[in-house]
Amino acid sequence: MSIFIQSLINGLNQGAIYALIALGYTMVYGILRMINFAHGDFIMVGAYTLFYTVPMMVNHGMPAWLAVFVAIAACVIVGVLVERIAYKPVRNSGSISALITALAMSLFLENLAMVLFGANPKTIPKIFDLPMIDILGAKIQVKYLLTLGIGLAIMICMTLFVRLTKIGKAMRAVPQDKEAATIIGINVDRIITMTFAIGSALAAVAALMYCSTYPRATTDMGTMMGIKAFIAAVLGGIGVIPGAMLGGMILGLIEIFVKVYIAPGWYEAITYGILIVVLLIKPSGILGKNVGEKV
Amino acid sequence: MSTATNDVPVLRASHLGIQFGGLKAVDDFNMEIGQSELVGLIGPNGAGKTTVFNLLTGVYQPTEGAYYLNGVKMNGKKTHQVVEAGIARTFQNIRLFKKMTVLENVKVAMNKDMNYSLPTAIFRLGSYWKEEQETDEKAMELLKIVRLEDKADYVAENLPYGEQRRLEIARALATGMKLLLLDEPAAGMNPVETSELLDIINNIRTKFGISVLLIEHDMSLVMRICERIQVIDYGETIASGTPEEIANNPRVIEAYLGKDDEE
Amino acid sequence: MPKKMKTNYLINLVGLILLFLVLYAAFESGIFGSRTNYFMGIATTACYTIIMVTSLNLLVGILGEFSLGHAGFMSVGAYASAILTNALADTGIPDLALFLLALLIGGIAAGITGVLVGIPTLKLRGDYLAIVTVAFAEIIRVAFTNFQITGGGRTMSGIKKLSNFYWVFWVTVVCVAFMYMFIRSRFGRTVKAIREDYIAAAASGVNVTFYKVLTFTISAFFAGVAGAIYAHYITAMIPTTFNFNYSAEFLTEVIIGGTGSMTGSIIGATFLSALPEMLRSFSKYRMLGYSVVLVLIMIFRPGGIFGGWEFSLSRALSRFSPKAKAANKTGKEDE
Repeated sequence: MSIFIQSLINGLNQGAIYALIALGYTMVYGILRMINFAHGDFIMVGAYTLFYTVPMMVNHGMPAWLAVFVAIAACVIVGVLVERIAYKPVRNSGSISALITALAMSLFLENLAMVLFGANPKTIPKIFDLPMIDILGAKIQVKYLLTLGIGLAIMICMTLFVRLTKIGKAMRAVPQDKEAATIIGINVDRIITMTFAIGSALAAVAALMYCSTYPRATTDMGTMMGIKAFIAAVLGGIGVIPGAMLGGMILGLIEIFVKVYIAPGWYEAITYGILIVVLLIKPSGILGKNVGEKV
Repeated sequence: MSTATNDVPVLRASHLGIQFGGLKAVDDFNMEIGQSELVGLIGPNGAGKTTVFNLLTGVYQPTEGAYYLNGVKMNGKKTHQVVEAGIARTFQNIRLFKKMTVLENVKVAMNKDMNYSLPTAIFRLGSYWKEEQETDEKAMELLKIVRLEDKADYVAENLPYGEQRRLEIARALATGMKLLLLDEPAAGMNPVETSELLDIINNIRTKFGISVLLIEHDMSLVMRICERIQVIDYGETIASGTPEEIANNPRVIEAYLGKDDEE
Repeated sequence: MPKKMKTNYLINLVGLILLFLVLYAAFESGIFGSRTNYFMGIATTACYTIIMVTSLNLLVGILGEFSLGHAGFMSVGAYASAILTNALADTGIPDLALFLLALLIGGIAAGITGVLVGIPTLKLRGDYLAIVTVAFAEIIRVAFTNFQITGGGRTMSGIKKLSNFYWVFWVTVVCVAFMYMFIRSRFGRTVKAIREDYIAAAASGVNVTFYKVLTFTISAFFAGVAGAIYAHYITAMIPTTFNFNYSAEFLTEVIIGGTGSMTGSIIGATFLSALPEMLRSFSKYRMLGYSVVLVLIMIFRPGGIFGGWEFSLSRALSRFSPKAKAANKTGKEDE
């Protein structure tokens, strides 16, 4: 029983991290119809920023988690630069060019990090100093609950933001019809840049949460996490914000439970297997709508 | 209703219908087309004409009714199987293999009649050369019919609009079909190109003895060449008959011609 | 066979024999001294990379679909062939026969995986399909990490060294020639039509499903052959080698060389795999450089460096001889 509860909380913690990353994929996909492969690497940027700034914060007597704001700034700058320099010029040259460019930017960020920070993993100092609590005999890290809480809060905020604010509405209008959006006075370029900025900021928060669980920064940490978060986004229904949350949670729970109860060596294979099955049965995901090609 | 001389019509659609999420896009569609007949299918924008084509070519599967080619039920067949059986089509918004040559575009449609195997192709055995050459010759004959024989080596996307439409017809012909579905073949053409197209269509009918079902917006064109016309609106057939009957049918005038005048 | 084509094939064969003899003379004469083996190794690496990149180009350039899991097919070929040669190690089969058998088994094993990966292509395209290929490659990697017979997560070592450069050279020639003949036949033409417009292809009587799966199978087959060469060259391998980044590297080489251009793939694979080996200090910046080049290509020259252009030896020769010029005027069917 206690293992079950512990796994449940671990799974939800993992899921909240996936969900936050998935949100970035979903927002960019929703607006540009492109898989931003570099999104996972934004987490890596966030993690390295934390590695350098957490000690600075601590040295100046400030709480370590304040470093997340520096990480957010770093990720937003990188995200917006990537969008402006690489993605904007190929925006109209088809999905294949966009895909390759995104892949190239992912490789670029990873290898730049390799050149700048070296191949050795960096250990990130402790960010949260929180106790363990007992729930029904299971020892639960409070920081996991915190992660879960932050994840849920952000998800609710994002849903409201997209539904209610002017920018949010514009974000939903642009993918429907770029020209019409321009005609009614929406600055499409600005909206797309905003989307990248928000997505990157969320990646920085995800980096904070990830590093508080697994305090290591490596240059390739973003690739696989990015792909898994993308799977979460697809699972929940890409382009749908609650879908990212749902997909992330399901994926996190499946991974942890398979690891604990079924076959520790195979949990990744199961994640990928789920993706293939979902794409074959319902490519639009759990919460998405089906759209066919017009003949 | 049918004027087909044979016992079995080339195409028979009976009570054909399809729903998209509760919405009836086409409902109770009935039609018979006889040997080498030319039938027009008209109706206002969004009436379901292209949906009928998609139903008849296996792009969509009908949720009601059935359709038969020479008496053989075609429900459940995939697009390429429908083509194999003998129904070919052109598209309203031209769909050519843009980066391939004119000749290659036609040869793709002849692939189903080519037999040489993969090892034959890889080792370049005799039947590879023989079949490729025979196919080249047949394709050139079809290009002659649509008057594109001089442009066989052009890349398809570099052809002018009217010629792209004619290439689509040649490609459809290359499948060796019995029934040709033309989706607005004269759209965007000038009068000279249109009359050239009519020549070609008539030519094809006399030469191959095939039947044609034509969707067209240009009423004068439909009236001029079709032997029978069927009018649909909101997925339902509202009239069918000879061009004269259609021209004088009050429901048609209301649903289609009236609106057409406003445009 | 038309006489003109016969001449073309002969010219190309002679050209390849000359190239082989030059390399043979260079390696055997000992002008590289103690570095001979090192350079032969680079040449072998270039060969299996050429097979990988051209086979991936079948998918990317000809079928127009992305595979980000090509290293997965390679690993299937590598492990399947290594298991086979380990099992047959002491049976006294001559090395050449064993090598060819290993290539065949590697190819077939990968080809079967290709059928499996090909099936989702019936429903998916573009970026979704690309992600599915990543997923398949990862599943394969996890499987090889867990199976005992493939080392159970540790290095599988002691594979017989069968891949010598002289054999590998001709295997590469045969593989590339086969793929080239495939492209320039009714099969390749049909696959290109699917790339251009799959709806129109179906409406022209093409069984889109069959040709897509066929192309995936053939592409995977040759990746498997490349994997078998790799396994019997490197002799010790670990599943993590065949990861996402390795797949991405092959894709990069396809794009830089030019989608749809076999010439581009061959030159791209040769230079991009040999250069970093030769310039060790450069290797740290290699992928950084690739990624920048890739973005620049996407922005300024989306067709890749060679576009769809193909090198033709007979056409090149015809520039020098007026007689051949007449014979090869329409020589776009050759190489």
